[in-house]
Amino acid sequence: MAEDPDIITADPDENEQEEVLGKAYDARLMKRLIKYLRPYFKWVIIAIVLTVGVAMMSTIRPYLTKIAIDDYIVNKDSAGLNKIILILLSTLILQGLLQYTMTYLTQWIGQKTIFDLRMELFAHIQKLSMRFFDRNPVGRLVTRLTNDIEVLNEMFSSGIVMVFADIFIIGGILFFMFSLSWQLTLIALSVVIPLIYATVIFRRKVRSAFRDVRFYLAKMNSFLQEHISGILVVKIFSKEKRTLEEFKKINYDHTKANKRSVLYYSVFFPVVELIGAVSGALIIWYGGGEVVQGVLTIGILISFIQYSEMFFRPIRDLSEKYNIMQTAMASSERIFRLLDRKAAINDPEKPLNPGSLDGVIEFKNVWFAYIKQDYVLKDISFKINKGEKIAFVGATGAGKSSIMNLLCRFYDAQKGEITVDGINIKDLKQSELRKNIGLVVQDIFLFSDSIANNISLNNNEIDESKIIDAAKAIGINSFISRLPLGYGQNVKERGVTLSQGERQLITFARALAYDPKILILDEATSSVDTHSEILIQNAIDRLMEGRTSIIIAHRLSTIQKCDKIIVMHKGEIRESGTHQELLEIGGIYSKLYQLQYKDSLTA
Amino acid sequence: MVITLSAVFTNLIPFVISRAIDQIKNNTGDFSLLNYALLTVGFALISGIFLYLTRQMIIVVSREIENDIRNDFLEHILVQDQQYFHFHPTGDIMALATNDISAVRNFLGPGIMYTAETLINFTMAISLMLSFNAELTLIAVVPIPLISYVVYRIGKSINYKFELVQEEFSALTTKAQENLSGIKVVKAYVRENSETESFRKISESYKKKNLELAKVQSFSYPIMFLLTGFSVIIVLYAGGNKIISNELTIGQLTAFIIYLGLLTWPIISLGWIINLTQRAEASMKRLCEVFDSKPSIGDPEACRKNPCECIDKKISGNIEFRNVNFRYLNNYPYVLRNINLKINAGETIGIIGHTGSGKTTLVNLISRLFDIKEGVLLIDDIPVKQYLLDDLRSSIGYVPQETFLFSDTIENNIAYSEKNFDKDKVIYAAKISQIYKDVDSFPKRFDTILGERGINLSGGQKQRTSIARAVTADPEILILDDAFSAVDTYTEEEILKGLKEVLKGRTTILISHRISTLKNSDRIIVLKEGSIAEEGTHDDLILKNGIYADIYLKQLLEDELKEID
Ligand SMILES: Nc1ncnc2c1ncn2[C@@H]1O[C@H](COP(=O)(O)OP(=O)(O)OP(=O)(O)O)[C@@H](O)[C@H]1O
Ligand SMILES: Nc1ncnc2c1ncn2[C@@H]1O[C@H](COP(=O)(O)OP(=O)(O)OP(=O)(O)O)[C@@H](O)[C@H]1O
Ligand SMILES: [Mg+2]
Ligand SMILES: [Mg+2]
Repeated sequence: MAEDPDIITADPDENEQEEVLGKAYDARLMKRLIKYLRPYFKWVIIAIVLTVGVAMMSTIRPYLTKIAIDDYIVNKDSAGLNKIILILLSTLILQGLLQYTMTYLTQWIGQKTIFDLRMELFAHIQKLSMRFFDRNPVGRLVTRLTNDIEVLNEMFSSGIVMVFADIFIIGGILFFMFSLSWQLTLIALSVVIPLIYATVIFRRKVRSAFRDVRFYLAKMNSFLQEHISGILVVKIFSKEKRTLEEFKKINYDHTKANKRSVLYYSVFFPVVELIGAVSGALIIWYGGGEVVQGVLTIGILISFIQYSEMFFRPIRDLSEKYNIMQTAMASSERIFRLLDRKAAINDPEKPLNPGSLDGVIEFKNVWFAYIKQDYVLKDISFKINKGEKIAFVGATGAGKSSIMNLLCRFYDAQKGEITVDGINIKDLKQSELRKNIGLVVQDIFLFSDSIANNISLNNNEIDESKIIDAAKAIGINSFISRLPLGYGQNVKERGVTLSQGERQLITFARALAYDPKILILDEATSSVDTHSEILIQNAIDRLMEGRTSIIIAHRLSTIQKCDKIIVMHKGEIRESGTHQELLEIGGIYSKLYQLQYKDSLTA
Repeated sequence: MVITLSAVFTNLIPFVISRAIDQIKNNTGDFSLLNYALLTVGFALISGIFLYLTRQMIIVVSREIENDIRNDFLEHILVQDQQYFHFHPTGDIMALATNDISAVRNFLGPGIMYTAETLINFTMAISLMLSFNAELTLIAVVPIPLISYVVYRIGKSINYKFELVQEEFSALTTKAQENLSGIKVVKAYVRENSETESFRKISESYKKKNLELAKVQSFSYPIMFLLTGFSVIIVLYAGGNKIISNELTIGQLTAFIIYLGLLTWPIISLGWIINLTQRAEASMKRLCEVFDSKPSIGDPEACRKNPCECIDKKISGNIEFRNVNFRYLNNYPYVLRNINLKINAGETIGIIGHTGSGKTTLVNLISRLFDIKEGVLLIDDIPVKQYLLDDLRSSIGYVPQETFLFSDTIENNIAYSEKNFDKDKVIYAAKISQIYKDVDSFPKRFDTILGERGINLSGGQKQRTSIARAVTADPEILILDDAFSAVDTYTEEEILKGLKEVLKGRTTILISHRISTLKNSDRIIVLKEGSIAEEGTHDDLILKNGIYADIYLKQLLEDELKEID
């Protein structure tokens, strides 16, 4: 399913609900799942061979027992008894060894496959565009990467091979039964038809229950993730109780779905048991009669009773496995759906490779909307020359950040063209484009890692001296050095142990450390004090000499020295020019300016 | 009880069958055979009904318990101190809430059910066997002590290894969650590959831990059937010899071996139960750490013991810091030093100061997000710790420096603090905070659903929504922590104008780096490295020619500077 760039359902549950009601294609899913076993094909075969061995060992022992009794004990052959006991012992131990190897091997296969799948999914998610992340809560994606994949582990490790084991055992039993007495076998197995019927019904019911379970689980995870990361807001508004109430509802929905599946199981198991008992009864009634009439021997009757018991055990097991399979199907459906999502933004097939960019940027009649036809940018055209310092101003929500989103190709514009050095950015690899851009985003984000890693983002090319230089340039080196662990200090989730301004300065240092050809500052100094801001201004002037920089700011003092100021209003460019030119026009900019100006004068 | 009945009937079936076989041997007529057959089905039916009831009861109850544990868990998490969340990543907490609680549930439901079933089956089978032939029974159970010991050792090992697996799972969840929350940064700096690499490392290590667990766990099943297999062989050997010495008949031995078969499943399922139990124990240990961690910030002790002791007074908004020193952790430097500050009800206080000078910390103390250890903080002359947390916080409207919105409708976000939902109030607050026009231009207006953290709003729109949320709270004390940082000057001015009306009679604390935001405050505090460096009105401070005046000059535009010269 491709990501449709024009349709955005803001309601995440809508998407999810649709998934829940989607059609089930077991075979298709299964085929795709099996593909992941391919690299371990050899091991799967070995595991199956081991399974056959185990099945043989376990079915041969009753036979050996029979020999022990009939041939040796009855004949009072003490030496023979000793011999057969030794054989029995060695088959037992051999079976133990085989069993252990098989169990471990299947676990190994399972772990390997889900590791591959997990990595594939993770790498795939990394490639999806921002549009996708706009509407898929992190909690839900985390569920896919963890819980859903975990479920598959169970299937890969115990499911598939064990199913083979059960099938072999059933086959073996059938073979023995038929060779002993086919009439009695048919009678004993006449109950298989209702059994199949019961299984089919059960299967259908339980499947829908399991889908619901996964659905509510994902919902629960999203809820938790959101409210735990927003715990500060919950606390300051004293909403712990309400949060708990809301959670209880989702939690109970989850419980209810689970209880529904329990109901099906608790009906199904006794039914299988009952059917098994009916089979036993038939054997006694019919077989017993035959024995009395001398058609069958008592030995055959006894072995039949044992075999029929053995027969229903794996069938019951199979349905237990079905539980695993069922959950696995529901999960794999979600995982594959995610894997099938095409990124809305792709690299061109034959990307141009201009090497290092000069930083000439041009927007030509660009129209852009996040949702359908709601254009937030309307017919935007401007050009920035190499080495220029350009500012964007305008009321909040005017579309400034959106322009930067387009320039970095986080989104694609609906109409118009964006070029860098005369090359349409769609003809560049995304990584090539972004490598040349240093973006300080408006929403500050730090990883729960050391300060050094937050600046370098684990890029080996950025060594310690570069990190420290960047920090020094914006005046936070001394602050960082004073921390107990200096640059090694872990700032914790999203940098909670730092002040907001400090966090912003670190994201700034990050951009500088990457030494970009084009620097984009989206409100990058909104939370820092005036002193630091001036330091930063000087740093930019020095470091970005001859390079392009784009600055978005609300404080006019930050931008008045720019080569050009572009004034945005409701998605359109209204004015552009230097500070002086704009004042002369007497439009929006000069009004904004008057406002700040008047303020300071009246003071 | 029901399990017992179910098990009794299940065990009666082989008994009936063996009686039937005896009958057949004795060549009695068809008629009684039919009886036996019907008896078998009947017993299976009864046993089935009981089995159904057992599952319905135990498994359903375990689901209910799981539900309750999860609720309790969140209840516990929600009341933890703010500091707690600095040391426990969201991913960790989520792993506990899902994976670990599931492990405990597995034990409580299937675990207990099968344990009971196993025990009963075991006892039934043993007593049947004992009544049949005591000596052979004793011989059959010879391997049990040895195996028990092995099982015990394996169990311990599983427990330990499983703990490691769960820890690694937490790390995996945390990594995924961090990466996805910061995806924009990852993309902007082309870190996809290195992120995938570091995720691979964690996945790899998680896989390794799992395989180590598998190494031990794979023992449990083979061990169990080895036990039953040995029993059969021992019995065969001993019984065989007895037959040879004419102490036993073949018929007796065959019957005994059939009975021995009854023991097989209980014992094999024992292996599985051990697994479940050990996993549950490891998870329970992790959960208990949460349940045992008591928050240090909560309602006052006296009030909790005796509701009459609770302070039941409406907060009017006088705030006083007396000799307050504060640091986040004992080995950390002081963030606030010797703060003495009195704010009167209805006053508007501005706070300015360098990045990291302690402004946010200071206001966080008022809502008791952190507790003071040195000095006191009084609200209406009563120490802040004596208020009910709920009373205190609901009289404070707070616009935190970092905006956080829920993925809910705009309306619900603005009305978040409201107890009784009132649309007019939401609109009023939206108008005050100048978000109304923006919302009005959205197709779904107030019903627009926000993405996570408000991802589909612009920076300034988010911040204004957060202001509207605080305004709806109708608080006695309003704290605006750098709440205009993402808003343009014009809009800011409009908001401040609107707020003037709202703020009448309320205590207001305005934190900002912009002089223009603060200059009309009744009093302005300048913080420097955690201490109050200057204090006074805008004019006072300009005259003082200190830090404030310096900031003021720097913020003037070039032209203005010329004009002043
Ligand atoms: N991810 C998104 N999905 C849908 N709509 C969005 C998204 N991001 C922004 N918008 C909308 O697009 C419009 C322009 O937003 P943008 O972020 O570009 O404004 P801005 O000029 O940067 O404002 P600010 O100064 O407040 O940051 C706003 O109305 C906003 O609601
Ligand atoms: N949870 C925490 N644990 C440890 N140190 C912290 C924690 N929170 C803040 N700090 C430190 O305390 C100091 C004061 O932080 P605070 O957030 O109060 O500053 P601020 O004045 O609000 O700065 P800004 O203007 O950047 O918002 C900073 O140096 C910061 O690094
Ligand atoms: Mg913006
Ligand atoms: Mg702060």
